Amino acid sequence: MTESRSPWFKLSRNPAVVLSAGILSVAALAAIFGPDLLPASAGEVTRHSFLPPSRQHFFGTDLNGRDLFYRVLLGARISMLVGVTGALVSFAVGIIYGMIAGYVGGQADSIMMRLVDMLYAIPRLIFLLVLISALDPVLRRIMAAHGLGGLIGYSKIFILIFCLGLTEWLTMARIIRGQILSLKSQQFVLAARSIGQSHFNIIFQHLLPNLLGLALVYLTLTVPAVILDESFLSFLGVGVQAPLASWGLLLGDAAQVINPIKGYWWLLVFPVIAMSLTLLALNFLGDGLRDALDPRQRK
Amino acid sequence: MLRFIAKRTVGLVVILFCVVTITFFLVRLMPGGPFDRERKLPEHIEKQLLAKYKLDGPLFEQYVNYLGDLLHGDLRLSTKYRSRSVNEILADSLPVSGLLGGIAFCLATFGGVVLGSLAAAKQHTWVDRSAMLAALFAVSLPSFVLGPLLVLVFAISWPVFPVGGWGNLQSLVLPSITLAAPYAAYIARLTRSSMLEVLTQDYIRTARAKGLSNTRVIYKHALRVAILPVVSFLGPLAANLLTGSIVVESIFSIPGTGGFFVNSVLNRDGFLLAGVVIVYCSLLVVFNLVVDLLYGLLDRRISLYD
Repeated sequence: MTESRSPWFKLSRNPAVVLSAGILSVAALAAIFGPDLLPASAGEVTRHSFLPPSRQHFFGTDLNGRDLFYRVLLGARISMLVGVTGALVSFAVGIIYGMIAGYVGGQADSIMMRLVDMLYAIPRLIFLLVLISALDPVLRRIMAAHGLGGLIGYSKIFILIFCLGLTEWLTMARIIRGQILSLKSQQFVLAARSIGQSHFNIIFQHLLPNLLGLALVYLTLTVPAVILDESFLSFLGVGVQAPLASWGLLLGDAAQVINPIKGYWWLLVFPVIAMSLTLLALNFLGDGLRDALDPRQRK
Repeated sequence: MLRFIAKRTVGLVVILFCVVTITFFLVRLMPGGPFDRERKLPEHIEKQLLAKYKLDGPLFEQYVNYLGDLLHGDLRLSTKYRSRSVNEILADSLPVSGLLGGIAFCLATFGGVVLGSLAAAKQHTWVDRSAMLAALFAVSLPSFVLGPLLVLVFAISWPVFPVGGWGNLQSLVLPSITLAAPYAAYIARLTRSSMLEVLTQDYIRTARAKGLSNTRVIYKHALRVAILPVVSFLGPLAANLLTGSIVVESIFSIPGTGGFFVNSVLNRDGFLLAGVVIVYCSLLVVFNLVVDLLYGLLDRRISLYD
């Protein structure tokens, strides 16, 4: 009985999914509006470094006397922005690549998929580190040359979105290709082909709508992966840089100043809570969506 | 068998060639030479430096020369750690990273397989549920979160282990746990679901009907088949441990290759960076080949010959 109900009904009955959706909505609202609702002075460098949490500073202050609550919200904004847009880029690349490989088939398919296998074998983040530090100065120069000087501070974010999007698409391409292969031989596609529809029409009118559910599931699962990658890079000092913030950067800063003599626990605990809650919620939501929309993949 | 190995070795060489080429040009694309300082160097000195580090001449010529040096096993000089060669730096730091990675690798595979089989054997009990809940959290916690948290708890609040450093057994505990935990959790989940599937098969029923003990059925008969998905995860596991080790080494200030790698990116130390990337990739690609061979040996249903 339950199998025949709509996916949305199944989702709304899954407490983990409902809770995750709630947490994510709160987190998203806080990330979008939070930093602007706080007084503008919160992000400024002051003399009051390492103040413990208090009523003025809910999460305490950091090395440079900046309010940590403000930094965590700003970090949420940037981490989520990079996560969502990076995932969208990878979504586009993966879906196009997978569709071409699956639809064309034959030799082209096996070459394209062999390439994906090869790329899987290469440590992605290590290349990202090199790629980002090579491209960032180039983009800065381009921005300066075209009168976009105001954007220079954000060049790292653009580069991160671009590079992460271009490296996270492998799984998506594999899944889409597999799906296309099984759809391609089904009757409705044969029917469309036999009445002489163009390849373009078959792909966009018949195949794509059938893929979208599955692709959306993997889009939700890519967002936390991109957020993690971004944090990894920022933690190592290659990603987002102050005065901007991302969760990885905050954790990296915290890991540097924490030592046995000075236990500045708040620098670590609050970013960890914000980041883990968001990532857990995204993973739960993705798993729930997968169970609801794609029962075959259930583990 | 031999044909399979030969075919894969050719593929391996192609991948490594691409890695070397891409890395070389990316590194040379980075603006700002390695000798840019606040005060500009006199021209003849800069020229000499460039010649010493073989950075003069047209780009393509440099590339061909670099390929030639690589074939002779020479990874060239580091431009940051003056007068030390990349070979020396790697010889000092790779054993450290290798030890840490090796411990984490064993911890992740053995811990994960044992936990996962245990959870599958006791399905629907509190053992299963708590193990899987713990695994879910561990999978979601990246090493740069887990590491500082472990330091905060086990080195600062309750000082049982050192905050960082290298040299004694105690200093190995926290880093290897940090590195291994997420993957142990992932392998536990993998083993559990694969084990549950295997346990429904006929030959398991036969084994039980023979009157074998539960432990024997699970660890001798079922595990042999259930472990296959874990074996195919070993390749990605090695890649993940490698990237993970960079973060873990920086958290616990361990003198491994990861630290040199990050510094080489930040300092634009081209040859060190290229050397590390090339060594990392070669290790991984060879490891993947070994895993594939192992897989063929373990699973007789898969033939490598075609």
